[in-house]
Amino acid sequence: MSQATGLMQADASSQRHARRAGSRAALRAEASAMRDALAAEWVKLRTLPGSPWLLLAVVVTTVAVSAAASAATRCPAGVPCTADPARVCLSGIYLGQAVVAILGVLIVSGEYSTGMISVTLAALPRRTTVLTAKAVIVTGLTLAAGTVAVGGSLLAGAMILPGHGFTSAGGFPDLSLAGGTVLRAAAGSVLYLGLIGLLAVGAAAAFREAAAAIGTVLGLLYLFPVIAALAASRIWQRHLQQVGPMTAGLEIQATRNLHSLVISPWAGLGVLAAWAAGALIAGGLLLRLRDA
Amino acid sequence: MTAGTTARQWPAPAPAAAEHGGFWRAVLAEWTKFRSVRGLVIGTVVAALAMLLVGLFAAGSARFTCPGGPGFPTKTGAACLPRIPRGPGGQAVTDSFYFVHQPLAANGSITAAVTSLTGVHAAGNGQTGAGPGGAGPLAGMTKGIVGWAKAGIIIKTSTSQGTAYAAMMATGGHGVRMQYDFTQDIAGLAGQVSPSAPRWLRLTRSGDTITGYDSADGSRWARVGTVRLTGLPATVQAGLFVTSPVETQTTSSFGGTTSNGGPSQATGIFGHVSLSGAAPGKAWAGANIGAGRGSPGTGVGGFHQAGGAITVTGSGDIAPVVAGPTSYFPTATIEDHLVGTFAGLIAMAVIAAMFITTEYRRGLIRLTLAATPRRGEVLAAKAVVVGAVTFAAGLAASVIAVVAGPRLSRDMGLYVLPVSLPTGLRVIAGTAALLAVAAVFALALGTVLRRSAVAVTAAIVLLVLPYILGVASVLPAGPAEWLLRVTPAAAFAIQQSVPAYHQVSGPYGPPVYFPLGPWSGFAVLCGWTALALGLATYLLRRRDA
Repeated sequence: MSQATGLMQADASSQRHARRAGSRAALRAEASAMRDALAAEWVKLRTLPGSPWLLLAVVVTTVAVSAAASAATRCPAGVPCTADPARVCLSGIYLGQAVVAILGVLIVSGEYSTGMISVTLAALPRRTTVLTAKAVIVTGLTLAAGTVAVGGSLLAGAMILPGHGFTSAGGFPDLSLAGGTVLRAAAGSVLYLGLIGLLAVGAAAAFREAAAAIGTVLGLLYLFPVIAALAASRIWQRHLQQVGPMTAGLEIQATRNLHSLVISPWAGLGVLAAWAAGALIAGGLLLRLRDA
Repeated sequence: MTAGTTARQWPAPAPAAAEHGGFWRAVLAEWTKFRSVRGLVIGTVVAALAMLLVGLFAAGSARFTCPGGPGFPTKTGAACLPRIPRGPGGQAVTDSFYFVHQPLAANGSITAAVTSLTGVHAAGNGQTGAGPGGAGPLAGMTKGIVGWAKAGIIIKTSTSQGTAYAAMMATGGHGVRMQYDFTQDIAGLAGQVSPSAPRWLRLTRSGDTITGYDSADGSRWARVGTVRLTGLPATVQAGLFVTSPVETQTTSSFGGTTSNGGPSQATGIFGHVSLSGAAPGKAWAGANIGAGRGSPGTGVGGFHQAGGAITVTGSGDIAPVVAGPTSYFPTATIEDHLVGTFAGLIAMAVIAAMFITTEYRRGLIRLTLAATPRRGEVLAAKAVVVGAVTFAAGLAASVIAVVAGPRLSRDMGLYVLPVSLPTGLRVIAGTAALLAVAAVFALALGTVLRRSAVAVTAAIVLLVLPYILGVASVLPAGPAEWLLRVTPAAAFAIQQSVPAYHQVSGPYGPPVYFPLGPWSGFAVLCGWTALALGLATYLLRRRDA
């Protein structure tokens, strides 16, 4: 009897071992599926002729608009000036994010428009893995392009703005990454672009149609500040800016007048992250539930 | 011949008519495609609804409260609406000043020399234009004259607010001006008034015609302007006036706008005052026109005569009410209820771009071009359909928004600046036309780029982003204004219902005021669209489908 119990115990423990080994194997399988998916997505994106142009466009539009804004902004001594040098020299993000959104939308919607998605899902039946791989690729590329774009914008600003009255003697922060708030603005802007890419991937997975996805993403980004500007209620103005992915997210660029922000910088980026997460979850669920 | 035979003997179309009918057949084909794609129809309905709901939400989000007077509870909503006088042109006006007047029974003239103009104004300490309270009306004010403080002579229909007038005045910072009927302003002598540099002013009345003159010495006079005030009664009020407007500095950031400033007050000293044509035995009488609660001024006003000089103190303004946060009571414009246009625009840009890009994606374009080999005609037919559908949806939404929105705003306690019927129609039809042309622009971009994501982004970035950069104050005022002149976003000027007045200081920037006029702004969008359509036609003909 006791032997039987022992046997059963041994049996149970070996089952546990087997389960553990099995889960390890499953994990390994999943990791290899993920590696395959990432490799596949990378090949697909790399071999599309449009991709390098889009990445280049992210850098060029961001740096060009930023440099133009820096060149156009002056803060002569003696005149009260509310301009924030970091916001000014990073303002190309307003345009650059639209190009990032195109990249994020096309990596998903492009497959639907060509019918490639059926092949992709036949090769990699785990749809969440496919979406995750796409999200990882877009994030990586956007962060890389964003780092170049933000670095270039900051460099242009550091060369132009001190000559326009934005000097540390005038109470403005130095545009060097040594300054804590400037580093936060720069790193936060790169992360901002990465999150915009994720938002676009999620929206594209949810809508499939590129035009509808990009319209939704740009609507989310651009409509909140417009409606906030014309809302009759000051309370609603503030709330709209606190929940808008762009208005909240770009508070990370603030280096001056920090008491007047609608939301604290990292919390603002968190709002954008929540939008991106929501879009990815919605997109992932719809991808799993629907026929391709 | 009966109706039945007519129907049977339908004449064969002439060749010219067939060609003409070819285009309309293409339009009919495109219309059939549009209405049979569920996504496009649902999208159009969503666009119109989004436009309407966003606009009404923005207006109806705030319920204003105001003090109900001593011993009464606080009032809210419509009970707070101020009673704003309307000028002869129907516009809302501020008509608050100190008036030292006598009746002028028929033709005559009034002459006076302004020898001094001094004043005090709010220190810019964060007051937002509510009448100063607490310890006396002038508590916390600093010495100084504001730019559009006015002291001068005036001929006015009566002492009622909003009636027709013509006035000659010395101002705090803009020299001598002749102003009439609130909106009109003519410049006279430049320079500041002082005892050593007095400004002589004269107004003569002859029937409905009033002529203004100015002089630096009282002997050589220059005519500044002649104006006709139609319907001026036989007996009018003529006299001296002093007023000084609310002066504010507005700073805007990301949607929110903050104003610093408050009321101001001015004192003018007049010499050599003479009135010809006055009724005999009358003396100067003083009246603080438009003072009291809800007035833009300090409420202080008075005059005294001493040694041939008359000293007058007044506060307020004689000017049209301008929209924006600097107004001393909460205002809205009719186009505030059309903020949803941006939502409608984004949705229609998506639909219009998809109307062509999906044909490329599905290969339908080959069938379309086989049926209508004249490729320019295909694009024209698509433009007609998408433009007409967008115009209809936009018109429905903007009519409801502009009719229902202001009622909602008034219920909330917001004063909606009145506009004339032609202006209201221009705003409504212009909004629908703006959406329609923007949709055609997106269609043309879709034809050029063939990738809907890029086309939609290009359309939205060109139409919406310049406006945001202006509103959010990311860019300084100069470049932001320049963007609203050269990009298609200039077209939003067609929604501006209240003009900017150079003689009234105000927050003349987006979101309420645009650098271009309504039609020239709209023409900028039409120009961009024509260019895009031209390029699209060229490429559609050149490229393989």
